[in-house]
Amino acid sequence: MKSDAATARADFAAALKDAAIAALIALGVTLPLVGFRTDQGPDYKLILTTRFDLVAVMVALVFAARLALTLWTGHRPHAAGSSAVLERLKPAGSALFRLAGPALLGLALVLPFLPVTGRYELDLGILILTYIMLGWGLNIVVGLAGLLDLGYVAFYAVGAYSFAIISTQVIPATLPALGPWAFWICLPIAGLLAAFWGIVLGFPVLRLRGDYLAIVTLAFGEIIRIVLLNWQDFSGGPNGIASIPRPTFFGLPFTPGKDGFAATFGLHFDPTHRIVFLYYVILMLALITAFVSTRLRRLPIGRAWEALREDEIACRSLGINTTNTKLTAFALGAMFGGFAGSFFATRQGFISPESFNFMESAMILAIVVLGGAGSLLGVVISAIAMVGGVEMLRNLEFLKSVFGPNFDPTQYRMLIFGLVMVLIMIWRPRGLIATRRPSIALKEKKTISSDLIQEGHG
Amino acid sequence: MEVFVQQLINGLTLGSIYGLIAIGYTMVFGIIGMVNFAHGDVFMVSAFIALIAFLILTTWLGVGSVVLALLIVLIVSMLFTSIVGWTIERLAYRPLRGSFRLAPLISAIGMSIFLMNFVQVTQGPRNKPVPPMLSDVIVVMQEGSYQVTISYKQIIIIVVTSVMLACFWYVVQKTPLGRAQRACEQDRKMAALLGVNVDRTISLTFVMGAALAAVAGTMYLMYYGVVSFADGFVPGVKAFTAAVLGGIGSLPGAVLGGLLIGLIETLWSAYFSVEYKDVAAFSILAIVLIFMPQGILGKPEVEKV
Amino acid sequence: MRRWENEPILAVEHLTMRFGGLIAVNDLSFQAGRGDITAIIGPNGAGKTTVFNCVTGFYRPTEGRIALVHGDAATLKAHLGPVTAHDRGFARFADGAVFLLERLPDHLVARHARVARTFQNIRLFQGMTVLENLLVAQHNGLMHASNFTVGGLIGLPGFRKAEKAAVARAVHWLEKVNLVARADDPAGDLPYGDQRRLEIARAMCSDPVLLCLDEPAAGLNPRESAALNALLLSIRQETGTSILLIEHDMSVVMEISDHVVVLDYGVKIADGSPEEIKNDPKVIAAYLGVEDEAEVEKIVEEVGLD
Repeated sequence: MKSDAATARADFAAALKDAAIAALIALGVTLPLVGFRTDQGPDYKLILTTRFDLVAVMVALVFAARLALTLWTGHRPHAAGSSAVLERLKPAGSALFRLAGPALLGLALVLPFLPVTGRYELDLGILILTYIMLGWGLNIVVGLAGLLDLGYVAFYAVGAYSFAIISTQVIPATLPALGPWAFWICLPIAGLLAAFWGIVLGFPVLRLRGDYLAIVTLAFGEIIRIVLLNWQDFSGGPNGIASIPRPTFFGLPFTPGKDGFAATFGLHFDPTHRIVFLYYVILMLALITAFVSTRLRRLPIGRAWEALREDEIACRSLGINTTNTKLTAFALGAMFGGFAGSFFATRQGFISPESFNFMESAMILAIVVLGGAGSLLGVVISAIAMVGGVEMLRNLEFLKSVFGPNFDPTQYRMLIFGLVMVLIMIWRPRGLIATRRPSIALKEKKTISSDLIQEGHG
Repeated sequence: MEVFVQQLINGLTLGSIYGLIAIGYTMVFGIIGMVNFAHGDVFMVSAFIALIAFLILTTWLGVGSVVLALLIVLIVSMLFTSIVGWTIERLAYRPLRGSFRLAPLISAIGMSIFLMNFVQVTQGPRNKPVPPMLSDVIVVMQEGSYQVTISYKQIIIIVVTSVMLACFWYVVQKTPLGRAQRACEQDRKMAALLGVNVDRTISLTFVMGAALAAVAGTMYLMYYGVVSFADGFVPGVKAFTAAVLGGIGSLPGAVLGGLLIGLIETLWSAYFSVEYKDVAAFSILAIVLIFMPQGILGKPEVEKV
Repeated sequence: MRRWENEPILAVEHLTMRFGGLIAVNDLSFQAGRGDITAIIGPNGAGKTTVFNCVTGFYRPTEGRIALVHGDAATLKAHLGPVTAHDRGFARFADGAVFLLERLPDHLVARHARVARTFQNIRLFQGMTVLENLLVAQHNGLMHASNFTVGGLIGLPGFRKAEKAAVARAVHWLEKVNLVARADDPAGDLPYGDQRRLEIARAMCSDPVLLCLDEPAAGLNPRESAALNALLLSIRQETGTSILLIEHDMSVVMEISDHVVVLDYGVKIADGSPEEIKNDPKVIAAYLGVEDEAEVEKIVEEVGLD
């Protein structure tokens, strides 16, 4: 029998070897792309510069991290310890979660009037709420019905372009008197058009299984974007559509004139009025989305969606028309995407196809999946974390003092975004809140653990 | 007619590149049932590695022979891209194996975003041009002033692709590794019980996919003479289309699908519109999946009740 | 009394199902009587589940007709010909309705012809509660009551009433299968035997005229198996639902069925009352795997059957 010290020494040697291998692989990965940099020289020829110091730092970091990780996990006999702690924390956690919803809602309602809220915070709030709304819309498709949609941004684009074209071309050409009401007229039309496209695109593809459905929806998203990019007469091509009318306060524009919002209500004119109004519009739209989707979960259609996610064949054996059921989920999700798109168009005043690329779809899907498919609160938390977090990186100017003046933290936004997506999936493959609340109960609603919940195959 | 023949040659060249990438998709899908979304970006990374290797050889070491340089570049790119492919599988996919279906897909999308931005950060956002090489052409047909030509690089691409496919075919069909791969494809649990090292087999599948993507990346760089960090996405989706068109899981299918997609794309560009060439590819993807999801050479799925 | 001849609810005629080159069911004809418990038995791979999948619309048969009637034998006799000739899936008449199941997609078989089924490898909605499972089974009725979601969304009283009734029906069936106490638990948490019974309760919640059970006793212990027999008998008695079941457990088959159809290699080899089947040398041969009838006689003597 070996002494403890000898085992420890052997362990350490093994850990060292393991870390050395990891470092060697890190060297292989980083050497070409980090070690050399290609730059355009004066005569359009590429010149190479080397950064072996950076490679050395990275390899050393990997070595140290791997060594620390092996030794750390090796010294803990049962990794289950941490999960036991988590189990004990669960009741407290769920109480916290129950409070989190109302608390976040309260915060959202008063945010524009908080003393710390400036123009920047308000804009960020609007951005986050837009993604929350998109996430909730997509959640109907992915979380409830279990249909994987990688082209959700298509419906966002349909909403935005419908709004832009109707408000800049159709209304001025036909009924210019409706001008001030453009937003309120176009919003439902854009939503319905998006739902219509949801049905048109959904009908042929919804019988495909999981990954195939994801790829076809991705293809549709790209087709719509390329068409918008190239069909100059219709969409303005890469130049997009500009001077989209801003929303009015139910007919009263946010202008300094005497017909404006401020003058009518006897307020001092302030350009932030419009931003505050926009904030409440998107908050309202998001809350409608949340209301409708929670409500639908308790109706037969919502239960059929969830049943579809659980077992499609059983659904069919019970007389459920699965095609129609999937289509309603797809169309409804698309409709909310369309609403959000209209809002985006009116807020920006300008849209172009580049706002609707695949990265947006990936972002929205990531928000839903990371939040925990099916959970409204999860979507809120992950939207705040992802959108807010990515936005935070813009503020890391202080890093320039560490890495030198050429360091631009915004460059790293998407890099970190991608990395975080991978890490969160490894940490929690089912997302942050993966449990399910039953839609109805005889006596009490018991939370259903995530291991039992299927995630659909369509 | 001459235009058609010319497009046929161009289409086959492009199709060879798509076919090489498509094999990576189809093999990974066959063995672990997952769409390796980051594979297109692995291809892009390999083109960058090839670019750097090429620059080192030509500007620093002064290798004069282009063919020799290309050969070394190809080997270097295959080697380093394989390491990248192996690492991705180990870090981003293996921890999620046997987990929920969405998780690996999201992880792959995250990996794709990461790779793209990693290259953007380390190499800069600009296009990277290399001087044109091997642009001499052979005139195949002549009709009036219109010449149908095939360039040396097109010949090289088609030859290298064929050689690589032959080697690859040998590995899959004749070696123990290939047998282990086919066993894992059929039934992973059973293969493990019979002593196949499943983890290693899957890792090697990723390595092989990455190596073939590296061949494609090197050829792409040589053919187009330019590469940028965003060049992974669209060829990736097209190669996936090729894999699906040929019948996902089928290796000859991937090559056939790649050639078809390459032909369709060049013919479409020549006769209809260049702007909508990607729409053509994406539409084919949708149409194939809807009407013949098993592809040309795939096996039909029977629904189990 | 041979109800399957005089008073059929289901008439399968010349049913053939081919998968590529494989013939799973070959020219099969049989009838199931109204209110009968009909058992389809046969060795593994005899094509029993394929017949089920054809009857419930999951497979489209290569050839043959599968007629189901709401009404009596006269209804079937009067309308089967015209409905078949008219190229329609089904037609309703004053005296009932006739359905050609081979023409209907699966969900319409369940919805209009009111054929419910269970699965060999239980298919419950595992992440949903027991009660939710039973409400999903009543989807079409509830969907109607919610005015296709619109009425439900704005909270019309008609929907709330319908939902209460649906819950009451669910509770009724939970009592029958002895699972009321577990109504709020996720279905995936139930033990195996309970899951089997829940699947039957779920099928019954859809108010079927024909209940198809694919090996309901598989994996049950003798006590559970006996309870299952009692449950099936009481379903038949209480609701008049006809039952078609696939079963391996001969004690279940012999004890409760009125009529037995025996398949082997996709072909019907016997059809009759349990008594007749028990004594049929062909059946015994199929089960024991011998060809020669004389040899069967010998084995039967040795084993001491008869």
